[in-house]
This record gives sequence, C-alpha cells and structure tokens, in this order.
Amino acid sequence: MDFLQPLSLAEALAAKAANPDALPIAGGTDVMVELNFARRRPPILLDLTRVPELAGWSLQDGRLRLGAAVTYAEMTGERDSGSRMAHGLRRSAGGLGRGAGGLRRLLPGLAMAARTVGSPQIRNRGTIGGNLGSASPAGDCHPSLLAASAEIEVASARGTRLIPIDGFFTGVKSSALAPDELITAIWITRPSGPEQFAKIGTRNAMVIAVAAFGLALHPGRRSVGTGIGSAAPTPVRAREAEIFLAAALEEASLWDTGGALPESVVTEFGALVGAASRPIDDVRGTAAYRRHALAVLARRTLAWAWTDYQRSGHSGPAGSAGAVAGEG
Amino acid sequence: MRVTATVNGVQHEADDVWPGESLLFVLRERMGLPGSKNACEQGECGSCTVYLDGVPVCACLVAAGQAQGRDIVSVEGLAGSDGSLHPVQQAFIEAGAVQCGFCTPGLLVAAHDLLARDPDPADADVREALAGNLCRCTGYEKILDAVRLAAARLRTSGGAGA
Repeated sequence: MDFLQPLSLAEALAAKAANPDALPIAGGTDVMVELNFARRRPPILLDLTRVPELAGWSLQDGRLRLGAAVTYAEMTGERDSGSRMAHGLRRSAGGLGRGAGGLRRLLPGLAMAARTVGSPQIRNRGTIGGNLGSASPAGDCHPSLLAASAEIEVASARGTRLIPIDGFFTGVKSSALAPDELITAIWITRPSGPEQFAKIGTRNAMVIAVAAFGLALHPGRRSVGTGIGSAAPTPVRAREAEIFLAAALEEASLWDTGGALPESVVTEFGALVGAASRPIDDVRGTAAYRRHALAVLARRTLAWAWTDYQRSGHSGPAGSAGAVAGEG
Repeated sequence: MRVTATVNGVQHEADDVWPGESLLFVLRERMGLPGSKNACEQGECGSCTVYLDGVPVCACLVAAGQAQGRDIVSVEGLAGSDGSLHPVQQAFIEAGAVQCGFCTPGLLVAAHDLLARDPDPADADVREALAGNLCRCTGYEKILDAVRLAAARLRTSGGAGA
C-alpha cells in the first residue's frame, strides 16, 4: 500500500487522476475501520488532511460553501476557530467561519444532525465530505442536506461540476462521483426558515441511525424540504409530503399568518413521509418499525419547526442569526 | 515508510511503518508507548483517545502517515515531568474510578480536555464529553465523581495545566 499526501488541491486531483483506485482519507472514521478489520486493502491511501482548499467555510452571495474537510465539530460549534487552526485539517481555514457556533446558527438542521454523530472524538475528526463519500444510507448529514437542496461540488483534473444532492446517491454506499473525482465542497442556500432533524437509535451517542428525518421550511420560496435516512437503499426525499405540506400552508395562508397547523395536515404529512420510505428488516429494526417511526419523526419535527416559525415572527432563523461579518 | 512526530513533547521516529496502520499501532508497537489501549479498533470505545494537535481523537482512526509532523499527547504525557500525577489522574485514583483500568487512559485524556475547556461542567456536560469512552467495570458513577473532584481541585489551583 502506498501513501500519498498532496499539499494542494491541484496535487490531489493530479494524484487521483493518475491513481483512480486510490482511496481518499480525511477524518478516517470510516476508512480506518475498514483497514483495521482488513475489509479493504486499497493500493493507495490518498490523505486529504493537508489540502488547504478543502478546509473552512464561507458565505458567498447568500450561499454557504462548506469545504469537504469541515468536521462535525465545526458544524455543531463544539470546536471554534482556535482549535480549528491548531488542527491538521484546519491550517488555512478560509472564509468567514471564525467565531464559535457560526455554522451552527447558519445551518441549524445540519448542526442538529452533526450533533448526533458518534462521540466528541469522532466529531472532532469526521468530515462532511467523508460522510458523502461513504454514501451510506444511514449517513447522518444526508437528510438535512436533502432537505436543504444542497449541491455537491466535485472536482477532477478535467474540471469542476456541481451535483444536486438528489442525484448524488446512486445506491447503497455508491454515489455519482467518478473514479478520478474528489468531493471538494458542499453548497447550501442560506435557510430562509426553520430546520429540524431527528434520529432514532438505541442511545444518544455512538449509534447508527435506525431511522432519521430532516425537515426544512423555506418561506422564502414557499416550499418544504425533507430527507429520510436509514430507510431506503439511499437517503431519499419525501416529495409527495413536501408538495402536500407546501400546498396546505399556501391554501390556508399559513406562511403569512403563522396560524396553528391543522392536526389533519400534520397527520397526513407524517403518513406521506412514512410512505416515501423503502425500508428493510435488519438487525437494527424492522421495516414496519422504520415506516412507523418516520411518520412519528415527521410529525414531531414539523411541530417543532412550525413553533420555531411562529416564534421567529415568520422570518426564520436566518433573520435572527445575527450579523455575519463580511456577508456577500 | 518513516513517520516522525512529537509525542509528549519528545520527537519520535518510527521506521518501516505500513501506510495502512493506525497511529495507535505506531504509538504502542513502534514507539514503546502502550498507555493508549487497543480495544475496539473502530472508534467506539475511546480507550485509545489521544490529543492530535490539541484535539482529542481516537488514535485507532488516524492513519500513521496522517500523524507525520504532528503534535501528539497521549496519557503518558499528562503527568508532570517529575512524575507527579495530573489532578485528573489523582482524582481517578482517589474516587475509585479505576477498576480493570483498560478504559482509564482514554477517559483521562477526554476528562483532561473537558476540564481544560470548561472548568465547571454540569453533570450532563461531563456525560456528554465522556460519551465516546466505554467502561465495563465501574458503571461510570465513580468516574463522574472523579471528574467532579478534579474540577473542584483545578478550580482552586487555577487551571487544568498541560
């Protein structure tokens, strides 16, 4: 096995072009488990922890760009820029990401999801790019990224392209990434409304989701985003549920009034989310349990998000996120 | 390949390192520092927790080459150079937080990090900070006692130290 340690994105892309079977490694929280248990013996490990272009995040024209090497601890705000700068991945953390909790406030749904990952040690190390690269149906970031209609920036020596998150997951642990490509960043439009996330596991720490659900209300474009985890071969959206809820909010002018959500709307939304899943029976839970649990999670997260919306004076968390230095 | 890193303030070198092996293996088997324990090898148990550039991580999930040139502090680096135990270590002994001792090195590093960031953590914060460290002997209550004791002593003496 060889070990390549590029010091720039150009070097990393050249290495990947020359060695498409090289296995990228950043936080190592998935890759090292496979190596430790001899489940995988790639010919080459491509270490991305010293590629400065992958670190840090920025806000550009109302859109957030998270470098692929942004850690869960950065998303939750557990580790601020001080430790970030000392950390190998963070050497040249760019953008406007300084200050504790910046990302947590800007992307609350993703922060909630990141908060459920592993343990402090795992969150200090694991990255959003690695979560996507593994493309597990149970990946904790995926439901929130689906709900937010994120776009995945991937690059190769041939150039850079954006893949909408809906088209990124192609099967169990497989993605639209070409063999010579690397995930470089995640683009997310700054939320115009509340976001929520809920996950079911056997305890709060160190669990793979039995089922997970991400919800984003987008009052700016009068639409609803959803993401289902651990209940289909890939993370999926519940499109019918999104369309149903957006129409129900529109019909009753609830986006404007912030009035109470009819119980029938909440119930139907939950049923449609449950129906959108395609779960299987496995050691973590049965398909029937997952379908039921998703309906419950959908109803709960909707109730929480709607309460957030009402409390925010209908402007959503983006309006109350406080000043972000140098925005735009 | 050769891996050079600063471990507990001392430059260490390891030769003939297989690129797929972990920092934990390098520390234990090549650098003669067996304090960090090898239990699950999948980041579940926290027994191998070390500081990597000041951030607690599972050494079993760091590829050897990723540690090249980095600054590592393992449990062996918590005590003073004169051998005096760090208040966190002393508190673990006094509170009876050590039984078989296998999880102890990881818990010490995790608790050390917590108290360096938060000198007066609530019980919920302690539980959260130690959520990645499994102990199969103590039932955790004595560990919580130890962290409370260490926190109180460090507040009196002024800081977690290094």
